[in-house]
Amino acid sequence: MVLILLILVPLLSGVLSFAIGNNGAKTLAIISSMITLILSAWVSGANYSDVVSYSQEWIPRLGTRIDLLADGMSSMLCLLTGIVTLVVMLSNANKEVERPGAFYGHMLLAQAGLMGVFLSVDALLFYVFWELALIPVYFLCSQWGGEKRIPVTFKFFVYTFVGSLMLLAALIYISLQNPGMSSYSWAEIVRAGSSLPASQQQWLFWLVFIAFAIKMPIFPFHTWQPDTYEQSPTPVTIILSALMVKMGLFAVLRWLLPTLPLGVAYWGNTVIVLSVIGIVYASLLAMVQTDIKRLIAYSSIAHMGLMCAVAFNYSVVGMHGVMVQMFNHGINITGMWLIVSMIEDRWGTRDMSRLGGMAVTAPRMAVAFVLIAFANIALPLTNGFVGEFMLFNGLFYGDGTAPRIATMAIGGLGVILGAAYTLKMVQRTTWGNAVEMNNAKDLSINEYAGIAIIICVILYLGIYPRPLLDLTASVIAQ
Amino acid sequence: MSQVVYLIPLFPLIGFLINGIFWNKMPKSVGGAIGTLAILASFIISLGIFFEVRSAAFHGPVIVNMFDFISSGNLNIPFAFQLDALSSLFLLIITGVGSLIHLYSTSYMHEDEGMVRYFAYLNLFVFSMLLLVLGANYLVMFIGWEGVGLCSYLLIGFWFKKRDYTNAAKKAFVMNRIGDLGFLVGMMLVIYYYGTLGYQELFSTLGGANAAVPSSVHSWIALCFFIGATGKSAQIPLYTWLPDAMAGPTPVSALIHAATMVTAGIYMIARSNALYNLTPGVLHVIAFIGLATAILAATIAIRQYDIKKVLAYSTVSQLGFMFLALGVGAYTTAVFHVMTHAFFKALLFLGSGSVIHAMGGEQDIRKMGGLGKHMPVTRTTFLIGCLAISGFPGLSGFFSKDEILANTFAHSSVLYIFGLLAAMMTAFYMFRLYFLTFSGTFRGTEEQHHHLHESPAAMTIPLMVLALLSVVGGYVGMPAVISHHNAFASFLGPVVKNFGVHHLAESTEWILMTLSVVVSVMMIGVAWSVNKKPQFAESTGFAKLLENKWYVDELYDAVITRPLNALSEFMDKYAERRGIDAVVNGVGKSVRWGSDRLRLLQSGQVGSYIFIMVIGMVILFTISFFWVR
Repeated sequence: MVLILLILVPLLSGVLSFAIGNNGAKTLAIISSMITLILSAWVSGANYSDVVSYSQEWIPRLGTRIDLLADGMSSMLCLLTGIVTLVVMLSNANKEVERPGAFYGHMLLAQAGLMGVFLSVDALLFYVFWELALIPVYFLCSQWGGEKRIPVTFKFFVYTFVGSLMLLAALIYISLQNPGMSSYSWAEIVRAGSSLPASQQQWLFWLVFIAFAIKMPIFPFHTWQPDTYEQSPTPVTIILSALMVKMGLFAVLRWLLPTLPLGVAYWGNTVIVLSVIGIVYASLLAMVQTDIKRLIAYSSIAHMGLMCAVAFNYSVVGMHGVMVQMFNHGINITGMWLIVSMIEDRWGTRDMSRLGGMAVTAPRMAVAFVLIAFANIALPLTNGFVGEFMLFNGLFYGDGTAPRIATMAIGGLGVILGAAYTLKMVQRTTWGNAVEMNNAKDLSINEYAGIAIIICVILYLGIYPRPLLDLTASVIAQ
Repeated sequence: MSQVVYLIPLFPLIGFLINGIFWNKMPKSVGGAIGTLAILASFIISLGIFFEVRSAAFHGPVIVNMFDFISSGNLNIPFAFQLDALSSLFLLIITGVGSLIHLYSTSYMHEDEGMVRYFAYLNLFVFSMLLLVLGANYLVMFIGWEGVGLCSYLLIGFWFKKRDYTNAAKKAFVMNRIGDLGFLVGMMLVIYYYGTLGYQELFSTLGGANAAVPSSVHSWIALCFFIGATGKSAQIPLYTWLPDAMAGPTPVSALIHAATMVTAGIYMIARSNALYNLTPGVLHVIAFIGLATAILAATIAIRQYDIKKVLAYSTVSQLGFMFLALGVGAYTTAVFHVMTHAFFKALLFLGSGSVIHAMGGEQDIRKMGGLGKHMPVTRTTFLIGCLAISGFPGLSGFFSKDEILANTFAHSSVLYIFGLLAAMMTAFYMFRLYFLTFSGTFRGTEEQHHHLHESPAAMTIPLMVLALLSVVGGYVGMPAVISHHNAFASFLGPVVKNFGVHHLAESTEWILMTLSVVVSVMMIGVAWSVNKKPQFAESTGFAKLLENKWYVDELYDAVITRPLNALSEFMDKYAERRGIDAVVNGVGKSVRWGSDRLRLLQSGQVGSYIFIMVIGMVILFTISFFWVR
């Protein structure tokens, strides 16, 4: 029952938010995300002893059901969704948005969609939520975004539209090839998909993979991302980068790998090569960005590339690392965006050449920024390190010592370049001579709350990652 | 005692937290006191641990498990500490020299508005360094390893308003990261082949028992770890960050960039002696790199005019000596030199800080001269430091350097000759520095001359203590020809097994010892005669090459940094925008074109596209539904 509530609470609050319009939408959003967070924490806590599931008739003629299941991975991602949404709502609390009813309504609908994606174990239901999560984001980006929002949203739309169609086509094809399929449940889809001959799995692989790769995004399907991140309002950027990109990776782990094992076996190497190229490519591009948002966008592509490479190079520790890092990356990048948004509020720009001296003008913000930046480059005793260490373990690839070292060294270039561009960003914004603020204030109380949650998670999981590792350990075992 | 080992890093951590949280609320003197006392408390416990380890009742290393850090599948890496001779010795060096430098800093940094922040960083540094040497596995070492890199970054860029300083900080961190990647890859290899990172588990299975592991793997691992060491310990090719790191406050240079952090690489290799003993080929590489670094840095030091730069290159050169010792298999000798070097190099850096303090921030030795009569304590202690580093008989540096040279001679006489050459240069540049700074006549401004003064007691007491240690510190490791028992080597013996170290005939050792004393004293004389009437003409030819540090920075810039930036710019402009993105936009445009032609919902608004999509979904669902049934 609690699982359906995880979806219904944000869904109904979202609809309600549209209905009540401008008064109280903000409060409603905060209360709703608090409730959702508590529910998802409860699910994660319960997960230690038992897998939580929910099942109900939906459209019997289609053979599809509302089948929800929270194992370690999905409850972890629900928890992440809960935390990030609350943090976003909190730190947005002192800001005025146009038409708050619609704005928060869309945000909450997106959250409901995300929860659905992570919990669904019915393929059609999964697809419906996949779209449900994206549609509010189109609206948020096209109506509340920056000045170039229309062409950018258009590009974003084309990308995801193509991806979704490919996914749907693959789903239909699989069901057509298996007339005996009784439902769209996970087990049934996996059975149907994996029983297909290798030649079919090999081309189906690309239909499904591209759909998911666009979301992550994986080189060369990534160009929508920096533009969209740049043009979206920051709360939306956070939802996109901390949560939506995890949909792609989650879908790879939950659906693609088990459903098309022969396709994965055949194309896995190609994907690893693409991902590793993506790490270096995105890191190099991050080096020359002047807009902080674009820099972080490319940094995120590099991080996701590492996770994707490891996901296709099966090893126990590596897979575990992918799951843990999905969570950590979501937390860290949320922290980054929060600070970026605060910078933009205070200095009216995101251009690094026009910033500087935050350590003097807003020291608390500077401390938080430096800490989150170092978590982003996986300094030990921050959460990023645990994940990255395990991911590196999973990057151990190829036959013989020398090629393995080569893969790690090339992938590891991201570690060096990551330090270079992240420290450049810190240098240009935090150190140097002070640039006057428009709005001369350090962290306000609600910003403090949001940042404090992020920093607590960074340090706690960096020093004692055990709870997160235990939560996901059972999934690996399957 | 060993059960409370966690207190040793805990005190500096608490100091860091207090100073870090109340950095803008606390009076400077309180912050300084908290910072210093935290390290002093750790020092006292470290002393207790040291005596426990030294006692006859101590058998083998003690492992103290704190908690499970990373456990996944078959991999289980605890957060654990290991106490043995090697770690207890490093504990003493870090907390001992650390306490003195903290005490010195309370006076040196008193004028600085960021003093409490400074002590917070310094305590965090000591905390990380203690983790580095206390860890019972490579992961805990790595935590400390990157932690000290962070603190080094923060302290080099301590005066963060200056772009040059923050550039130096960034350079240090990124260069260290290159080495760290080597370390990380090495750890992955160890995990893959041995399934553990614990020293005890790894070293007991290395070599013999596990024949399944090909021997080339050992070389790869050893090489990867050594790459890590070149980054942290400033060896060729990753040494250029260390001289730039002098942008930080001088006590930081003394503690981090001379006495402790930069010796982490030596600690790592001495700790992994069981591994390196299996890979003689890698040891040759280490000896070669170490010697090359020792010579290269010494040549640069000869022509530097910044008092701290001379000391920085001297540090790089001395670290090269230590790697030479490691490379010839004399690990205990390398650790011995780490200890004596910590004393005299900390002394020299703090002495230079005292000089800079008196000169009102001036660091150019061309503008100094004759400071000796104004600051007798600084002068005397600095002289002791110079004598010690030059290997003057009876002082600490004499014993440790002589042992390195003797071991090198036993290994290869060619290496020995180059080693002796580097030692000669050391004596020359150190006394050039001494004479230019302290003797002769003052060459600065009248105002500076008027300002010259001896430093306060909080600064001179650490100088005196370190001078005393620089004098007597070597007697714990006297060579066999003098004392018949090298206490230092036998203390480390159970943990650090030297490799292929031959014993020389007594007569040979005496000859080598005499030779190195003679050349050192000779070079002191040369330094005096050259610098008694200093002339600072524009340098030309070879001297100019040295003054510009062999243009290595320029070379790296031209070969690595600039091409990389150009590549990034190129990819940003062409590959990304005109390549991939253009294709995507092409697809986008054709969709738009298609919908234009179709004249269906030509509004161009996203909403209508979504509408089409939803319709499409419904149609597809319907089709699939009837098709299936």
